[in-house]
Amino acid sequence: MEIDIRKIDEIIERYDKSEESLLAILQDFQHTFRYVPEQGMKRISEVLDIPESKIYGVGTFYKALSLKPVGRHTCKVCTGTACHLKGAHTLTDIIGKELDVEPGETTRDGRFTLQTVNCVGACALAPVVMVDDDDYYEGSSPQDVLKNLRKYK
Amino acid sequence: MTMENRKLQSVAALESYRTKIAESQKNEYPVIYVCGGTPCLAKGSRAVTEAFKKEIESQGLACKVELRHKVTGCQGFCSKGPVVSFGNDTVYLEVKPEHVPEIIEKTVKNAQVIESLGYKDPQTKKRAASFQGIPFYAHQKGMILKDLREIDPLEIDDYIARGGYASLAKAFAMDPEKVIDLVDQSGLRGRGGGGFPAGTKWRSCRAIDSEVRYVLCNGDEGDPGAFMDRSIMEGNPHAVIEGMIVGAWAVGAHHGYAYIRDEYPLAVKVMKKAVEDAAAMGLLGRNILGTGFDFDIKITRGGGAFVCGESSALMRSIEGKVGEPRAKYIRSVEKGLYDLPTVLNNVETWTNVPLIVNNGPKWYRQTGTQGSPGTKVFSLAGKAVNTGLVEVPMGTTIRELVEKVGGGIRSGRKFKAVQTGGPSGGCIPESLADLPIDFDSLSKAGSMMGSGGIIVMDEATCMVDVAKYFISFLAEESCGKCSPCRDGLPRMKQILTDITEGRGKEGDIELLEELCDVLSYGALCGLGSSAPNPVLSTIKYFREEYEAHIRDKRCPAGVCRNLVTFHIDADACTGCTLCAKQCPQECITGERKQAHVIDQSRCIKCGVCRDVCKFDAVRVE
Ligand SMILES: Cc1cc2nc3c(=O)[nH]c(=O)nc-3n(C[C@H](O)[C@H](O)[C@H](O)COP(=O)(O)O)c2cc1C
Ligand code: SF4
Ligand code: SF4
Ligand code: SF4
Ligand code: FES
Repeated sequence: MEIDIRKIDEIIERYDKSEESLLAILQDFQHTFRYVPEQGMKRISEVLDIPESKIYGVGTFYKALSLKPVGRHTCKVCTGTACHLKGAHTLTDIIGKELDVEPGETTRDGRFTLQTVNCVGACALAPVVMVDDDDYYEGSSPQDVLKNLRKYK
Repeated sequence: MTMENRKLQSVAALESYRTKIAESQKNEYPVIYVCGGTPCLAKGSRAVTEAFKKEIESQGLACKVELRHKVTGCQGFCSKGPVVSFGNDTVYLEVKPEHVPEIIEKTVKNAQVIESLGYKDPQTKKRAASFQGIPFYAHQKGMILKDLREIDPLEIDDYIARGGYASLAKAFAMDPEKVIDLVDQSGLRGRGGGGFPAGTKWRSCRAIDSEVRYVLCNGDEGDPGAFMDRSIMEGNPHAVIEGMIVGAWAVGAHHGYAYIRDEYPLAVKVMKKAVEDAAAMGLLGRNILGTGFDFDIKITRGGGAFVCGESSALMRSIEGKVGEPRAKYIRSVEKGLYDLPTVLNNVETWTNVPLIVNNGPKWYRQTGTQGSPGTKVFSLAGKAVNTGLVEVPMGTTIRELVEKVGGGIRSGRKFKAVQTGGPSGGCIPESLADLPIDFDSLSKAGSMMGSGGIIVMDEATCMVDVAKYFISFLAEESCGKCSPCRDGLPRMKQILTDITEGRGKEGDIELLEELCDVLSYGALCGLGSSAPNPVLSTIKYFREEYEAHIRDKRCPAGVCRNLVTFHIDADACTGCTLCAKQCPQECITGERKQAHVIDQSRCIKCGVCRDVCKFDAVRVE
C-alpha cells in the first residue's frame, strides 16, 4: 500500500506534541494503514522530538501494533479461556490450513491475516471467530466458519 | 440547544434538569429494548432491531404509539440472545425477526406476554417470560448491572433521568475527608483483582502533600476469559465517570485518565462520547456544577499487553512509554503517574462509588459479607448451560452460581471445577463448591477473585491442559524485565507441554513446584508472582490427573491429543451424518442411518465430532 505522507501528518496533528501522544498516534496509524509504517515512525520522531529507537521500542512492545502490513481482512480466532476449552486451538489449525498460513501471517494474495486474540467478550459463542471488527461467528462447527470465510474477497 | 447553554451551573440546576427530563420521558411511548451486546449482535440482534423498526413504520405506529427503540448494553443472558425486554418484568429470549409482528401485536399494543418466547426450563419444560421467573435472572442481584438493561449508553439524559450524577451533589456538599470516610465505612474493596480497600488507598493519596494528583480508571481487562469491565463501559459509561469525579473530589485530583484496551473499540467509543457529553453539561471540566472544582478525564487506549493492567506498567503506558512494571516497594499513591500521587481503581470499583455516596455505607453493607461487602459482577463462561454477564452478592457460593444462575453443566456432564481469577487465579474443585465467593475465601483456596472471570469446567476439561494454557499465556505476556519470570515461565511451559504430549517424567511435578516457589518470591510484579496459582492449584486438587499423564500416558479427560483416540460407539450412533459433515479431515464415513466409522490414520483428534454429536456416540480413550 502507498503511504500518504499527508495522512501521516494529519494523524500526528490530532494530538498534543508530547510523548504522552505516542501510543495513540501509533494506534491511529495501525487503524488507518493497518500497520505502523516506517515513514510514520520517522515523522513522529521529527515532530515530537523523540528518538526513533524509543518509538521503535514502543512499536514492538505493544501487541495491538504491527510493523508489517496486514491483509485486507483480519480473521481473529479467540483463544481466551472459554474458547480454549471449547477447542479454539484446533479451530485455529483448521482455519490456518484452509488459508495456508500460520497465526500472525498474511495470505499470499493479501486477503486475510490470521490472528489469535484474547477474550473478545462473546464467550457464549465459544469458540469465537471474529472477522474484521464487526462479524462474529460461532466456531463449534468449523466447516460453517470456513464457508463464511470464503465470502470475504 | 447549543453546547454552551447546556452547561449546568449548579447542583440545583442539575436537579431541575433531572425533573424536566424525567417528566418528558414519562409521557413517552412504550420502549422496546433489544440487547446490543456483542454476543447478541453476533446472534442477530441487528436484524431484530431492523425488523422492529420496519414493523413500527409499516403499521404507521409512529403516529399512534410511537415506539422509541433503543439498543442497550449487554442484558446478560448471552447464551440465549438476542434478548428483548420492555422496561418491565417481561423478557424474551432467542428472538428472531419473524417473531417481531407478534410481539408488536400482543406485547406492545395489548400488553400480553408471549410465554413461548420465554425461557424453557430444561427439566420441567415450563416456559417463563419474566426476569423474576427465570432462574438465571432471579438468583442475581442487580446493583451495578441493573441500569445496563435500560439505559441508552449514548444518552446522558437517560442516565440523569434515572438519578445519574446525583452523588456529586452529596459529595460536593461534604468535606473530601468525609467522602473518604464513607467509602472506608462501606468496606469497598478493589474489584480489579487484589481486593485492596478503596478508602485506604484514597486516604494515603490525599495525605501526600502535592499540588497535582491523578485518578485513573483501569479498563485494561487483561484476563483472557473475561468481559465484565467491557460491558460496564459499553453499557453504563456515566456511572464510571461519576465514580471517578467523586474520587477526584475526595483525593483532591484535577486530572483523570481512563485506560481502555484498544481491542474494545466500542468501549472506547462509548466512553469517549460519555466524557464529551458530561463535559458539555458542565459535569466535567472547569468549575463543575458551579462549585469551583475542576476535573477532566482523558481516554487512553491500551496497546494490548496483559502486563499493562498492572498499576505501574499502566501508568508508564499512559505516559506513552513501554509498559514495564517497576519494583513493588514504590507505592503509586505516592509516586504514580508522572511520579505524582495517583489513585488507580478498576472500572467496577468506580461504578460502586456513586451507590455508596447516594445510599450510605449502612445500606451498602446490607449486601455481601462482612469482609467483602457489595456485589460482584462475573463473566460466567465455559461449560455451564447459561453463560453471560451475571451479578451476585459477595458470599454467594460457587455451587449456587454454577447450578442456579448457570443452570448446571451442559449436555448432562459432571461439574468438575471452576477457574477464577484468570491467569493469576486458580482452579477450585467441585468438592469445595460450597465455598462462598469473596476475596478471602478464594485466596485461601489457592485461587483469587481476580477481576471476575469464572470459567466452569466439566469432566471433559483436562486440568494439566488448563495449567499449560495459562502458563503459555503468561510466558507470552511476560515483559521480560526480571529473570524468574522471563526464564521460569518458558521452562514451566515446556514441562507442561511435555506432560500433555506424553513425554512427562517422574519428578516433573516437583520441578514445577520448585519453579513456582522461585516465581512467587523472585518476580518483580504480580504477573510473575501470581503465575504459580494456576499450576499449584491444579496440582493440589488434581494431582492424580498429572500422574495419569506422566505414568500411564493417559489423559483422563480426553483432551490431550497425543494421548487419546476417538471412536464411534456403533450402538449409540444414529447415523445422523453431522460429524462427517463437520470433520475437518473428512475422515468419518458411513451411510445415513448407519453407524459411522472414524479412519484413525487421518484423524487429527480435534474433538469436533464429539462436540457436535447430539447422541453422545463419540467415545474418547
Ligand atoms: C499482571 C497484572 C495485570 C492486571 N490486570 C488488571 C486489569 O486488567 N484490570 C484491573 O482492573 N486490574 C488489573 N490488575 C490489578 C491492578 O494492578 C490494580 O491493582 C487495580 O487496577 C487497582 O484497582 P482496584 O483496587 O479498584 O482493584 C492487574 C495486576 C497485575 C499484576
Ligand atoms: S514478573 Fe514478569 S511481567 Fe512482571 S516485571 Fe518481571 S518479567 Fe515483567
Ligand atoms: S476428532 Fe476431528 S479429525 Fe478426528 S474424526 Fe473427529 S472430527 Fe474428524
Ligand atoms: S454425529 Fe453422532 S450420531 Fe451422528 S453420525 Fe456422528 S457419531 Fe453418529
Ligand atoms: S474466551 Fe473467547 S470470547 Fe471470551
